[in-house]
Amino acid sequence: MKKIIKYVLLDLLRNKIVLAYTVLLLVISFSVFNLEDNPSKGVLSLLNIILIIVPLVSIVFSTIYVYNATEFIELLVAQPLKRVSLWLSIYAGLSLALCFAFFVGAAIPILLYAPFESGGVMVMMGLLITLIFVAIALLASVLTRDKAKGIGISIMLWFYFTLIFDGIVLFLLFQFMDYPMEKPMLIVSALNPIDLARVLILLKLDISALMGATSAVFKDFFGSYWGMSLAISILLLWAFIPLWLSLRRFNRRDL
Amino acid sequence: MIIATNVTKKFGKLTALNNVSVTCNRGQSISLIGPNGSGKTTFIKCLLGMVVPDSGFITFNQQNISHDWQYRQHIGYMPQTGRYPENMTIAQIFDMMKDIRKKTNPVLDEELVNLFELENISSKRMRTLSGGTRQKVSAALAFLFSPDVLILDEPTAGLDPVATEILKEKIRKEKAKGKLLFITSHILSDLEDIITEVIYMQDGDLRFHKSLAQLQEDTGEMRLSKAIAQVMQKRPS
Repeated sequence: MKKIIKYVLLDLLRNKIVLAYTVLLLVISFSVFNLEDNPSKGVLSLLNIILIIVPLVSIVFSTIYVYNATEFIELLVAQPLKRVSLWLSIYAGLSLALCFAFFVGAAIPILLYAPFESGGVMVMMGLLITLIFVAIALLASVLTRDKAKGIGISIMLWFYFTLIFDGIVLFLLFQFMDYPMEKPMLIVSALNPIDLARVLILLKLDISALMGATSAVFKDFFGSYWGMSLAISILLLWAFIPLWLSLRRFNRRDL
Repeated sequence: MIIATNVTKKFGKLTALNNVSVTCNRGQSISLIGPNGSGKTTFIKCLLGMVVPDSGFITFNQQNISHDWQYRQHIGYMPQTGRYPENMTIAQIFDMMKDIRKKTNPVLDEELVNLFELENISSKRMRTLSGGTRQKVSAALAFLFSPDVLILDEPTAGLDPVATEILKEKIRKEKAKGKLLFITSHILSDLEDIITEVIYMQDGDLRFHKSLAQLQEDTGEMRLSKAIAQVMQKRPS
């Protein structure tokens, strides 16, 4: 398995996109922190950019990568290797490369300019979001053989998680304005990893007080040690479940 | 050595393999013959575990292959169309394969690499190679680990006459070592002096599995191409 990860990583290194992604994140992070004099505000501005860019790049790049690796996969399944380890190696290789890119491009500037709790949480969320969206990309790419369709599915999923889901939540909130929505919102936030990550980071920033009653409930819940661990477990599940589903499908797939 | 029992595979409505049962033993050279789309490649891919049969099972040395992967260390596979990572060079492909299989197959047989003079072009990327050169790479890779079973899907398609002769000579050599060979080809004259058994497939059905001598006797034709032509005409599709 280690060997296959090595070859996936070598292939990714030859691919300049990961490097470009790292540079992009570096440029964004440094410019945001240099524009804002207050690092806390910098984290807030960076938060919104990162929660859009990281999932988008992770899901689209991984999907395209898996489709382009068809030949590599075909070549290796005829060798004495387990399919499970082949698939997991591709996942591990992609996640390692993209997490590394995020770490160099965003985590280092964050830890340099905002070395406090909110910065730390943001780094962790960025890494978790990368893991989650690489797993979702693997699932999307194993669902269909058609590359255009596969990439379409990934972009739609990204669209759903960053825009459509929030729209639905807002719609529901307005519909049920007269009812206490704080507790249901807790559950709804767990249905979208990006929202969950955003909530966790915002709670560590002082501005969370501006968000009203919902925020108080959120702070009560996620502020506790239990709530935080639960939230992180949910995020890990968001990575694990798509990966497991894709693995099951890949195992039975005809090549 | 390899026993397939009632293997059935459907792709949607199309039945690619219909209840195929075959027994193959060490030392045999089996040619899979049949019209295009008769299920030859699907059968080969089932043997390799690349295609999962809908029903039936295949055993390799008495072991069911469906949850096994180690058996593939005994197989060298030359695909019909060699598809390789486009931006790797020939040398990188060979190094990767050696690296992956060095634990299970430490003995290397680089005869074909040398005869095809692949070292001279080893720094070329796969995407720049011609179809014939790709075939040479596929052939060299299939024989590289001196496996007990060789599965060659259209080995001579796209090769120039010199390379074809080299490859056929190599196949004969391996056959003399008592290995199990599977060859599919439409160029029947290529097979004539190599094979000992014939499996004839049509529309996913295995029509017959006979020794070459038996086939010659049954059809009254000495030449394989004529014998097969006679069989094909007898069974209009």
